[in-house]
Amino acid sequence: MTTLTVLPVEASALNAFSEQSSEPAWLAERRLKALELAGQLELPRLEKMKLERWNLQNFGSPAAAGQTGGELPENVLALVDSSKSESLVVQRNNGTVISRLSAELAAKGVIFTDLQTAAKEHGDLVQQYLSTVVPAEENQLTALHNAVWNGGVFLYVPRNVEVEVPLQALFLVDDAKATFAPHVLVVADTNSRVTYVDNYLSGELDSELVHTGIVEVVVKAGAKVQYATVHHLSGRVTDLTYRRAVVDNDGSIEWIVGEMNNGDSMSDTNSILKGNGSLSDAKVIAVGSGSQRLNFSTRATHFGKSSESQMITRAVMREEATAIINGITKIEHGATKANGEQTEKVLMLSPKARGDANPILLIDEDDVKAGHAASVGQVNLEQIYYLMSRGISREQAERLIIYGFLAPVVSDIPLEQLQNQLQALVERKLGQ
Amino acid sequence: MSTKFVIEELKAAIEGKEILKGINLEIKGGEIHAIMGPNGTGKSTLASALMGHPKYEVTDGSVTLDGEDLLEMAVDERARAGLFLAMQYPSEIAGVTNSDFLRSAMNARRGEGNEISLIKFIRQMESKMKELEMNPEFAHRYLNEGFSGGEKKRNEILQMMVLDPKIVVLDEIDSGLDIDALRIVAEGVNSMRSEERGFLVITHYQRLLNYIKPDFVHVMMQGRIVKSGGPELAERLEKDGYDWIKEELGIVDETVGQEQEA
Repeated sequence: MTTLTVLPVEASALNAFSEQSSEPAWLAERRLKALELAGQLELPRLEKMKLERWNLQNFGSPAAAGQTGGELPENVLALVDSSKSESLVVQRNNGTVISRLSAELAAKGVIFTDLQTAAKEHGDLVQQYLSTVVPAEENQLTALHNAVWNGGVFLYVPRNVEVEVPLQALFLVDDAKATFAPHVLVVADTNSRVTYVDNYLSGELDSELVHTGIVEVVVKAGAKVQYATVHHLSGRVTDLTYRRAVVDNDGSIEWIVGEMNNGDSMSDTNSILKGNGSLSDAKVIAVGSGSQRLNFSTRATHFGKSSESQMITRAVMREEATAIINGITKIEHGATKANGEQTEKVLMLSPKARGDANPILLIDEDDVKAGHAASVGQVNLEQIYYLMSRGISREQAERLIIYGFLAPVVSDIPLEQLQNQLQALVERKLGQ
Repeated sequence: MSTKFVIEELKAAIEGKEILKGINLEIKGGEIHAIMGPNGTGKSTLASALMGHPKYEVTDGSVTLDGEDLLEMAVDERARAGLFLAMQYPSEIAGVTNSDFLRSAMNARRGEGNEISLIKFIRQMESKMKELEMNPEFAHRYLNEGFSGGEKKRNEILQMMVLDPKIVVLDEIDSGLDIDALRIVAEGVNSMRSEERGFLVITHYQRLLNYIKPDFVHVMMQGRIVKSGGPELAERLEKDGYDWIKEELGIVDETVGQEQEA
């Protein structure tokens, strides 16, 4: 059986954490129940990689007095667009340090705060949606996350409200003693519209740490959610993240994901297209370096008639990085006229880098359209020669080819600031 | 100092097979040299070996540009030293726009701290594109991706024009061009003629030389230059073909690797 034989967290520590945070009883109970589940469930099985070989030792201590005070580091502040930072949530280690919402949005009934506070102040709403999209009982990781999660974000957009400015969150880890497990819950009510952008980053860590994250997005009928997330955690952090959206009739979810970590990383991003005419668009870019092991899955699960999904992943692997890139389009029986398209491409920059692109179509309905394309390859030497023959150095030539490879995803990102940030992160990861 | 490009006893091999058997050629600024010859005689190998294509191994000889040893240089250094090769089969590179590529190339040639301003660059690129009757849209298209044969060749000439090299090698620039495109490409080349710049035009059709008038014509067979002359040599080749040269020199098969034992 593939489980963590010794659970990294004890019930007494969870109790202490719930008490410290004066959590409502329902939440404290849920945590204990989830911990019990974690003791019974198995780790998820990944395509072509074994999670139990990863370093899953340190989940930190839930009740530890993690570093939350003090000035935020400059590189963190730089990520906040100050002209648009009126609405912002910042979590540092296991505590929330900034949580604010513009008066204008508050007046419209928008809720944007950390999830722990929301559980106290908007208990009914949170209880109604929490863990309905990614259930605790799915596997050992989801159960464990449900036991230990902290800080996080709760974003609620009422019916017919359109939020023009992107709402931002930052999750910073710089103290390995404390559990780092933000849980993001977004509920976009009927015909609402919102863009949310977050960053996961780390400072100096004196030991290894696991980040376990869950993102749940509820897209009601006719609502439109744009969800952008960039992970750039250090080599000491193992990142295990689930992102999932449930989309109702004519709703749409757009995922923009930048996987720029330096440590082993698993992510699973899934759009459940429940409603008729629902849409999903997922763009993922990833850069692997060092001896990173990466396992990224993008999924679209079609239930609704005429539901549509697009997925595109581009990954660049250098040094000895290994990446398994999965695209899984699942069309359930009854989802007539559904259409799912996916592309995964991996570019390897060194002979020791490994990449694997697995397009998977699972189709239980006849009247559908679905397509996939995948490729894995090295940098083309003729292209390098051609660019160099015009005076461009080898390094610059490689860089042009890499950016060219990522361009179909990056240039399609609708937020300019994010586009620039991703560009800079790619540059940094490639320039190490 | 006027440009001087000297090739001496150049030998080159691909995958262990010797293709160039000792090429000697000197090109001065202001001169246009044409290399003619049937297919398979080593003409394109010469172009690739000069530029430094990784598949070709130079086994002997020397190449200097204004006294500098080109063979010691990496491909990009040769380009920055002033060598330009218009390729027969230019690469397609998705995701890199033509204008980003051109600007990178120009700035690489100009060196750090001396980069061209964006406005100046655009003005220059647009005027050259106009000369070559290229659709301005091509600036924003991905490099050579989906270009027709003729569009690729024009794009090569555009690069030559903005990079302002000292020695230009044109490798079969006329292949796949209709007569209008040929005229435009040739005008582009002629507009770049100067005392500071030398040209090496590789072709197996005399047709191109009606538009780009050479000062010297060389015939290549079996990996060597077997005959040299003035423009009248090209005219004779147009009229009589290559057989008379083969007869004169006792060559049965002109392609590389077919030479008889001496």
